[in-house]
Amino acid sequence: MRSQLSQQRYNWGAVGLHWAVAILVICTFPLGLYMVGLNLSPLKLKLYSYHKWIGVTVFLLMTIRIVWRLLRPPPPLPPSMPLWEQRVAGAAHALLYLLLIAAPVTGWLFSSAEGFKTVYLGIIPLPDLLAKDKILAEFLRFIHMLLTFTLGGLVLLHASAALKHHFLDRDEVLSRMIPWLRRRETP
Amino acid sequence: MNARFPLLAGLALLASAGSAGAVEYQKVLPEKSDIRFVSRQMGVPVEGRFPRFDAKLSFDPAKPESSKTEITVDLGAIDTGSEEADQEARTKGWFDIKSFPKASFVSTSVKPLANNRYEVSGKLSIKGRTRDITAPVTFRQDGQNAVLEGSFTLLRLQFGIGEGPWSDVETVADEVQIRFKVTAAPAGK
Repeated sequence: MRSQLSQQRYNWGAVGLHWAVAILVICTFPLGLYMVGLNLSPLKLKLYSYHKWIGVTVFLLMTIRIVWRLLRPPPPLPPSMPLWEQRVAGAAHALLYLLLIAAPVTGWLFSSAEGFKTVYLGIIPLPDLLAKDKILAEFLRFIHMLLTFTLGGLVLLHASAALKHHFLDRDEVLSRMIPWLRRRETP
Repeated sequence: MNARFPLLAGLALLASAGSAGAVEYQKVLPEKSDIRFVSRQMGVPVEGRFPRFDAKLSFDPAKPESSKTEITVDLGAIDTGSEEADQEARTKGWFDIKSFPKASFVSTSVKPLANNRYEVSGKLSIKGRTRDITAPVTFRQDGQNAVLEGSFTLLRLQFGIGEGPWSDVETVADEVQIRFKVTAAPAGK
């Protein structure tokens, strides 16, 4: 019974990493939107740094998360879900992972192309893969924006789908990721 | 412009290769000279430069103590690496270029150290404030020219560079590294 139960839930590591990344993304997306409109000020320099540091942290956590996922595969989706829904869910998750890696990477490359090195937490300098290049910077700015807005939309879809599972389908999909949520079905 | 003539250039080269005492470098070559600065913003080193400056120099490796230099920098031409920051740097809180368009350095003494190294002291004036500074300088020869390179750390708040909210050194460090390279041709005879 017990082993069956634990197989239906995400393990503690996956849950922790999921929510850590969720909180960081929810903070840094509006932060990014806000900071770009500011006039040059000490506040602007601080916010840009925080945005970059959060991005680097997301990248690091996602790397750990992918390794963790390979070692400890997630529980299967409920069999009550039609096959097409399972496929769409799989594709959406793959895209989420991809964007959560690509968004910070393009942000870092964009910063390098602008001529600003990224120094994680103000201590650890990341290498500049690109030299300063105005045209390339403009292109990367657009790509970073495109990816982050797509990510934002996908996060909304992801959260809506989770709520739909919980309140409409009344299945266990959401409670697998929120340990303190009461389980629907008692074994 | 004598140096343009091969014979004279050759003579100058011979002179510099032979007894260094015969050469005094006086003609600063702006296209081979350079003033850069590295500031630290949120721990990130950001390089910029002052593309317009005027340098007067008289340097004789045989008599370094009698060397003199006077450098005037056009602050309005500052290149910080971003248009937004260039504009900001010209405002009252930073260089206030309307009232203080130029910075200047006038040497007061040159002390020879070992291995073509020297210690140059002088008065640096920025934004109406003058401070004594000392910078190590290395000398090397490039063809018939002298290349003098060095750097020193400037404390920006001593000169009121970045006042008001910008005086927060947590965001923009007080220490700004200035790196300079002056290339000079021998004086025409």
